[in-house]
Amino acid sequence: MDWSPMLISLKTASVSIIITFFIGILAAKSVVGMKSDKVRIVIDGLLTLPLVLPPTVLGFFILLILGVKRPLGKFLLDFFSVKIVFSWTATVIAAVVVSFPLMYRSARGAFEQVDKNLIMAGRTLSMSERKIFWRVTMPLALPGIASGGVLAFARALGEFGATAMVAGNIANKTRTLPLAIYAEVAAGNMEGSYGYVAVVVIISFVVLSLMNYFTIKGSKYNNKDELK
Amino acid sequence: MKKIIFILTLCLLMVLVGCNTETPPAAPEPDEQAEPETPEEPEEEPAAEVTILLAAAASLKNCIDKELIPMFAEKHPNITVDATYDSSGKLQAQIEEGADVDVFMSAAMKQMNALNDKGLIKKGTIVELLENKIVLILPIDSLTEIASFEDILKAETIAVGDPESVPAGQYAKESFENLGIWEDVSAKASLGTNVTEVLSWVAAGSADAGVVYATDAASNENVKVVAEAPEGSVSKVIYPIGIIDATTKLEAAQIFTEFLQSEEALSIFEKYGFTAN
Repeated sequence: MDWSPMLISLKTASVSIIITFFIGILAAKSVVGMKSDKVRIVIDGLLTLPLVLPPTVLGFFILLILGVKRPLGKFLLDFFSVKIVFSWTATVIAAVVVSFPLMYRSARGAFEQVDKNLIMAGRTLSMSERKIFWRVTMPLALPGIASGGVLAFARALGEFGATAMVAGNIANKTRTLPLAIYAEVAAGNMEGSYGYVAVVVIISFVVLSLMNYFTIKGSKYNNKDELK
Repeated sequence: MKKIIFILTLCLLMVLVGCNTETPPAAPEPDEQAEPETPEEPEEEPAAEVTILLAAAASLKNCIDKELIPMFAEKHPNITVDATYDSSGKLQAQIEEGADVDVFMSAAMKQMNALNDKGLIKKGTIVELLENKIVLILPIDSLTEIASFEDILKAETIAVGDPESVPAGQYAKESFENLGIWEDVSAKASLGTNVTEVLSWVAAGSADAGVVYATDAASNENVKVVAEAPEGSVSKVIYPIGIIDATTKLEAAQIFTEFLQSEEALSIFEKYGFTAN
């Protein structure tokens, strides 16, 4: 069995989760802090949209922005000789776009569940907002954030549609696990895809178990706080 | 409440019925390029009106439906040609099952030969009518100096069909193997799972070059053909035509197949990327 699709997939998912993790938290924090409900509804809709859109539509939008005939893609190519499409970077971009909503929504939910009284208490003790965020909000929201992170990682690992459109299917470069599976099956070689399928199923299952672990741990943690 | 549900159901039904009774496609416009006064051979013309069924490979749909059938209808008003399109293999199976087909046009010799071996094609009617060339395409505005199949290694990324599952990819591989560069090509190749994907990768400029059929290249204005696969490096992709042995409308079928071999029909095929064989 050719191991390169697995390495590429793991590398892509690992890099993309780092990016998704931070921008997801940042987006969640900004949306939670928004004053106007109307603005929040619109922004939240836009940020969650990639979750429900078909990956091919996301691939379409990425191509619309980064395709070599589009302004940004052309600019990068002409001035920096950087071609994003059909490069390994493109697999990361596709993975970030599809996994972002999972991270964002989990983080948002986690922030919203944090007991407001504790934040108020921090304010009465004249803690700075930044300190409150790092010392109160984040520790309380961490289990939810962590479970969002693993979910986003699993989604990034399984990304197929947008990846095929923007990164192609180049062996040792952009051929991720799902693409390798699709190519094997299209060629009528079911047996050749067994190994890949097993890897995806096992990793995804481990990731979901991890998520449950974080959730259970999180609820205990929060209950303890309530008891105190 | 019940009333509302009833009305909604009624609306839904009306919409569904509406869909079914959509106006039939408008009669195809007569082709402007048709030569005005071609003398007909009246002695060949069947007196009564007949309808023949053509089974053709899916890649022929556009040029036959849009141009050739209307052109033929104008010349031979008493012969109606119905056409069914599918992959050649499926059509072959349908004909073997006794489908009421009069003329068969497949996208490779394989299916025609298989039918011929079973005695299902009328003797002496098979004509190797068209060739679909394997061509090298670039994005329309490409500035790279790729001018031949050997040059393709100058491209950073190459789009080809997956040789494991896509016939066009098999031909591409065969050609590059004969040129001795398949190893290098496959290292930078993005393998499409169908030929349309390959075409769109090149059209979008995502891949710098690609290999597709000439008919695919002719169907997309964002790509340009820079070379045909070098003579002898790849097996020919022949589109043969033949009359089914069981036909009861031999005369009409012959008139139609002769029409398809005429200069003007061939020029239509060429417009769609085929080469007269």
